[in-house]
Amino acid sequence: MTILERVTALLGEGAVLEAGTDRVPRIAPGSPDAVALLLGTAHQEGWRVRIEGAGTWLQSDAPADLALTTRRLDRIPAIEPPDLTATAEAGIGLDQLRQQLADRGAWLAIDPPGLAGRTLGSVVSTATAGPLRHGFGPIKDHLLGVTFVTGDGRMVQSGGRVMKNVAGYDLTRLQAGGFGAFGVIVLVHLRLRTLPRADVTYLLEGAREDLTQVGEDIAAAGLTPAALELVSPALARRERWVLSVRLAGSPVQVAADEAGLDAASGGGRFAPLRAEEAHAFWMRLAEGFAVRPVTFRIGGVPSASDELLDLLQHQLGDEWISASPAAGAIRWTGDASIDRLQRLRRTLAGLEVPLTLERAPWPVRGAVGHFGAYREGVGPLVAGLRRTFDPGGALVVATEGS
Amino acid sequence: MSPNLAHDLASIVGPRHVREARAERMTYSMDGLPTHRRVPDLVVLPGSREELIAVVRLLAAHGVPFVPRGAGSGLSGGALSDEGSALLVLTRLNRILRIDRDNGLAVVEPGVVNAKLGAAAKPQGLQYAPDPSSQSACTIGGNVAENAGGPHCLKYGVTVNHILALEVLLADGSLVGLGSPGGEPWGPDLVGLFVGSEGNFGIATRITVRLTSLPRAVRTLLADFNGLRTAGEAVSAIIAAGIVPAALEMMDQSCICAVEDSVYAAGYPRDAAAVLLAELDGRNEDAVVAEAEAVAELLRKSGARSVRTAANELERERLWQGRKKAFGAMGRLSRDLVVQDAVVPRSALPQVLETISAIAKHYGLVVSNVFHAGDGNLHPNISFDATDPALKKKVEAASAEIMETCIAAGGTITGEHGVGLDKLRYMPLIFDAESLGAMHAVRKVFDPDERVNPGKVVPVHACREWASVGNAKVEMRNDNGKFNSAFRISNSALETVP
Repeated sequence: MTILERVTALLGEGAVLEAGTDRVPRIAPGSPDAVALLLGTAHQEGWRVRIEGAGTWLQSDAPADLALTTRRLDRIPAIEPPDLTATAEAGIGLDQLRQQLADRGAWLAIDPPGLAGRTLGSVVSTATAGPLRHGFGPIKDHLLGVTFVTGDGRMVQSGGRVMKNVAGYDLTRLQAGGFGAFGVIVLVHLRLRTLPRADVTYLLEGAREDLTQVGEDIAAAGLTPAALELVSPALARRERWVLSVRLAGSPVQVAADEAGLDAASGGGRFAPLRAEEAHAFWMRLAEGFAVRPVTFRIGGVPSASDELLDLLQHQLGDEWISASPAAGAIRWTGDASIDRLQRLRRTLAGLEVPLTLERAPWPVRGAVGHFGAYREGVGPLVAGLRRTFDPGGALVVATEGS
Repeated sequence: MSPNLAHDLASIVGPRHVREARAERMTYSMDGLPTHRRVPDLVVLPGSREELIAVVRLLAAHGVPFVPRGAGSGLSGGALSDEGSALLVLTRLNRILRIDRDNGLAVVEPGVVNAKLGAAAKPQGLQYAPDPSSQSACTIGGNVAENAGGPHCLKYGVTVNHILALEVLLADGSLVGLGSPGGEPWGPDLVGLFVGSEGNFGIATRITVRLTSLPRAVRTLLADFNGLRTAGEAVSAIIAAGIVPAALEMMDQSCICAVEDSVYAAGYPRDAAAVLLAELDGRNEDAVVAEAEAVAELLRKSGARSVRTAANELERERLWQGRKKAFGAMGRLSRDLVVQDAVVPRSALPQVLETISAIAKHYGLVVSNVFHAGDGNLHPNISFDATDPALKKKVEAASAEIMETCIAAGGTITGEHGVGLDKLRYMPLIFDAESLGAMHAVRKVFDPDERVNPGKVVPVHACREWASVGNAKVEMRNDNGKFNSAFRISNSALETVP
């Protein structure tokens, strides 16, 4: 019996999708229980499984016996506007989720890089926050709990559906940014906000050094925009660097912040975008990171942002960069060799700055790893957690690289 | 415990800082919860990071379990040490090592008192936002262990949202560095996993915290209501309107009267069934005033009898003192107080509050409510006399019913006090055996011999074994919505179950 025949017998024909170019069977379980059954069987049989969402972010090229895609886990069991919470399956596309939330007056305040149809599970498991991290925090801050299936087919719940929860260890935080190394996320409980009644975007073009100063002035003025993002010319498709500011909230708040922005930047320098222009700007920024072969993020202290941008420019070139200087977060995308990435990670580690490889072709991420240059004692802990949640090594995830 | 151990520990920390006499050890037999008492075999108070490391390595060499403890203000029995264990008290590790104004962070030792960090940050225009009611005593190390909250966590987030990096001492005496000053983890988010692990994974020896800007404008409102349900509905109205106050706290009449009878009297109306304390803050005065007016209007529409705004900082501080010292004030009601902690969806507050009142009436107990209404984080407090065994049983039964009520409403058993010893029995009510087994397995990654704070958080008897794949029967629907044959996963083969 082939793997495909076994899986068809287990989950039914509807779970078998067309294989990708590498001919690895692509399986789409239709429920969390089906994911557990599939992974339990894979563990028993020694099958190697790669995890996919919609296939729009991480390249679908890891060597495996089968690809498990979450795309049929696309239900939204609950949206609770009075409590500002929602529960969604991991395979729901962010565009669909956003729309359904908006219909109920609710908002998930994240804007991760990638295409609009990227799945919720992909965003959570890679912890890829976008510019809204400035005002609303990293992805993990939007999670109340997750349900995940381990590499040996066990279903585990973590957290819950309420605003505060310290019952037991916070395995949700382990899964957010775990890249699937500790299991496949199947269900996510989300913390929402009400849709902002005012939402405006301002841009300022200029030399990077000048814009950095303006960004510092905005922070010093105590302004708290939803996003404050420094974008390289190539990524913004402008002639010079762009400092983009997004203000979102009540009309009174936004009006006050607009006045504050004007004062902090020396008056009349920022240009407002029309709503459709703003939408296109942020969309282009997000999609830009899913186009080129390699994307990574680094995180340093805010005062090191300039130095880190110089370092990236020097080592890799700076055409496609987006930085949230006040949050110390920088994302780079382009083409980079294994050797250069490894060298950069070592250099950054010396500055206490982690580099997380977000996407790259398998030969690169297999060699470089999503993570690396661990601090003292971290490697054995990560290895122990991997063994705990995937004892047979069924899940093909390039955690540390070779 | 080896008879020489105390002597060897004394050679590390000095004889004054090893407590062997029973009277001295009794001092550490309880935390803030009066229903649990354990007398440790030995109490050690290291005075520096180096002494702490040496102590833990010595205990590891002897295979002795130990319990880390901060100020002992916890409310779950989490910092109690059984016989055969050593209690490591960390209050002497109380140095603020660095405040970095430019990057909004501080590096502290675990014994630094929460309020002292706030006071040190204030001259720099910064604050450490998590503000548990015990902040004048509780330590940052304890806050990290419990993932402590506080009134202002509604807007600013709980402890885990403010911890950037940790140096952690594991049970075997080795050090690990988790997180980075910029907040990006080295790999998976082990800082997030560690925070709230209640001392089960090790001891945080150095803690890098995020400091945020002090708000430039603040408005504090006090609204009073004729009914608990009405006050609960007002909370729902504010949240549903999309306004996120810095804090939104509720007190019921029993609590109001206890505060007003105490030295912390804040001018709360004694005849009110409940009061809501709402605080709005931000950078811009006009925006904060506008939000405060919107909240005041919502409170009135929701049935508030009156809404008053603190006229000045002095009045604001008085209103807050009443809230933050409410637990102390309730000491007037009886000799013992069980401070409960549970969370429900915010929309369930009105119904749950009524049910708690009914439970109190059924058992003939005095239950006072003072809690973080904006988060749905309840603190029903039961006043009683712990020397009366019959009354103690009633308190335990009422506590269990309150927990079951909150779980049935879609909530959880603790929002900020932790599981410790007290809530071990409730863990199987919210987590299945597989999920508890996962937690137990994670704990063993950090502490294979389970020597740090043994017997807390995870009820081991209720865990499914994680050594191999068990027997899981899974019913499957096929694409037509019909059930396929069920399959049983065994260790050897996949077999169809008839």
